[in-house]
Amino acid sequence: MIEIENLTVRFGGVTSLDGVTVTLESKLCGLIGPNGAGKTTFFNVLSGFVSPASGTITAFGTDLLKLAHYKRARWGLRRTFQTEQAIEGLSIFDNVAIVWENTNRGRSSRERDVLGAIEFVGLGVDPKSRVGTLGAHERRLVEMARAVVGSPRVVLLDEPAAGLPEEETKHLGSLIRRIPDETGALVILADHDMDLVSACCTTTMVLDFGQVVTVGPTAEVLRDERVVSAYLGATESA
Amino acid sequence: MADPGTTLQGRLASVLPRPHLDRHERGHVVAAVAVLVVSLLVLPSVLSLYWVDSLIQVAVYSVVALGLGLLVGRVGMFSLGQVAILAIGSWTAARLDYATTLPFPVILLIAGGVAGVFGVLVGLPALRLSGLDLALITLMLAGAVTIVLQNTNFPNGGHGFTGYTSSPFGNPPIRRPSIASTDPAYLRYAVIVALLMFLLVLWHLRSKPGRAWATIRQSEAAAMASGVNITLYKIWAFALASFITGVIGAVLAASATQLYITPFQTANSIELMAVVLMGGVFTVWGALIAALLLELLPSIFDIWNLSPFLLLILFGVGVIQVLSTAPTGIAGQLPKDLARLGRAIASLAARAGGGRNAAGPTPAGGPGPAIAVPEQDPVGTAP
Repeated sequence: MIEIENLTVRFGGVTSLDGVTVTLESKLCGLIGPNGAGKTTFFNVLSGFVSPASGTITAFGTDLLKLAHYKRARWGLRRTFQTEQAIEGLSIFDNVAIVWENTNRGRSSRERDVLGAIEFVGLGVDPKSRVGTLGAHERRLVEMARAVVGSPRVVLLDEPAAGLPEEETKHLGSLIRRIPDETGALVILADHDMDLVSACCTTTMVLDFGQVVTVGPTAEVLRDERVVSAYLGATESA
Repeated sequence: MADPGTTLQGRLASVLPRPHLDRHERGHVVAAVAVLVVSLLVLPSVLSLYWVDSLIQVAVYSVVALGLGLLVGRVGMFSLGQVAILAIGSWTAARLDYATTLPFPVILLIAGGVAGVFGVLVGLPALRLSGLDLALITLMLAGAVTIVLQNTNFPNGGHGFTGYTSSPFGNPPIRRPSIASTDPAYLRYAVIVALLMFLLVLWHLRSKPGRAWATIRQSEAAAMASGVNITLYKIWAFALASFITGVIGAVLAASATQLYITPFQTANSIELMAVVLMGGVFTVWGALIAALLLELLPSIFDIWNLSPFLLLILFGVGVIQVLSTAPTGIAGQLPKDLARLGRAIASLAARAGGGRNAAGPTPAGGPGPAIAVPEQDPVGTAP
């Protein structure tokens, strides 16, 4: 469970997150909102790339804001990026291993965990091949393997399906749905693809202009008039 | 697909023996062994002292270039202070040499340690700075070290830690290890020390720090998200690069039995950066090529009576070439160009053979390979 209270982020005169207060209990949460709504900023605060002006974030009893960014990863926070960040110069195996060896505290087997994560995302490529030789879908899967290896507690997925064709998005969706059961982690999925969000997420939170428009069961949220008007920028139904 | 357990085990077996080398890597090992055999067994005994001395400098500067290449190529930090670090290593070794009877290998380690500490101090601003700012800060360090050396009668020696001789020719010689007192023997010694430094760096690159550096270089955000302690690994890179530079600085100190200020001028750091970029910062071969450019080329120019200024022009053109069209430097570009040349020659030969005996045994149809050459080229150069 993640409890966020009164979270505010400012960049100069721009307020990207404006007093966000929300409690996420579901293991599969969606995060939607138009461009510039503050979705990526929300993830960046959770990851520690951005410091908030005020507010608290408590995840499974831990005050996340007190941890340095790399220690959050060690705690179990993982994320993917809007522009995928699989490491070009490393092999698939090393891409996943780098996360494992910097976050693992137990005595589990590096090889088994890393290969297990690669197996989980269904990458049918030799783990020794370089990421530079892979296509867009495979690179997204490598990033996904990086996000689930070891023992993640919270997995943030920032538009993982951006630029992928329908078939590959479906595969990604089935993967995302399996993450909580396989790893025990809580997943937050930010995406513009409503089919993907409704297929994966039980709860969905909507941001607009840095504020929470609504949060609740996905199907209800997607029917909400305020959500429709936030997306279309229309006020006809108001 | 059938049984995940067996496929997992199969993959385990294929990945587990980590030191196992693939064909590509085996090629590198064979080439490295060849270079070592030639430089340890053949060159010291057949070359004149002039060339032996040049090659000692090549061995020294290959390690200096390796350190800078590590910072630039692996972590993306541009340091113009490496020559200052080299000076600190050399100076520490020289003073220890005059003042103590410590065995030479111990002096090497202490010089490396002192240089490593200085490297960490330089590395501290690197945590907040990058690119041009970092280059400027480190350049100022190089300038400061040069000034300190000039004002402390640097090349001068004398007994003890602070000994001073008024005549520059009255300095006692800096002692060499007893097993390597002659120049050819000292060349072998320098090559072995350089080899150990290369192995130390390669070991880092193939393990956890190397993967962390690769991640930091591509994206600090991705590194943070992977749990990489960026501060620690940047400092570590500076410490390692400075340690190896300090160790080889000690080798440099004893190579000429006297230290002179000439190799430690501020401008040399810029020249070093130029040859390191030309040699190539993404493979360790680049370091060797950089050292050959920096230390062997001047000797060749000298013999041919060419002006040393031509070298500077050549390095300038080389850097422009690297920055504009060949970011991987000579070490990255040469194999590609040779392969392209090989394919071109092969296709020409095939065409010539095909022309001579009208329907010859060449399996591939006439113009096929000639067209395939440029098409195959972009493979592996994905951004």
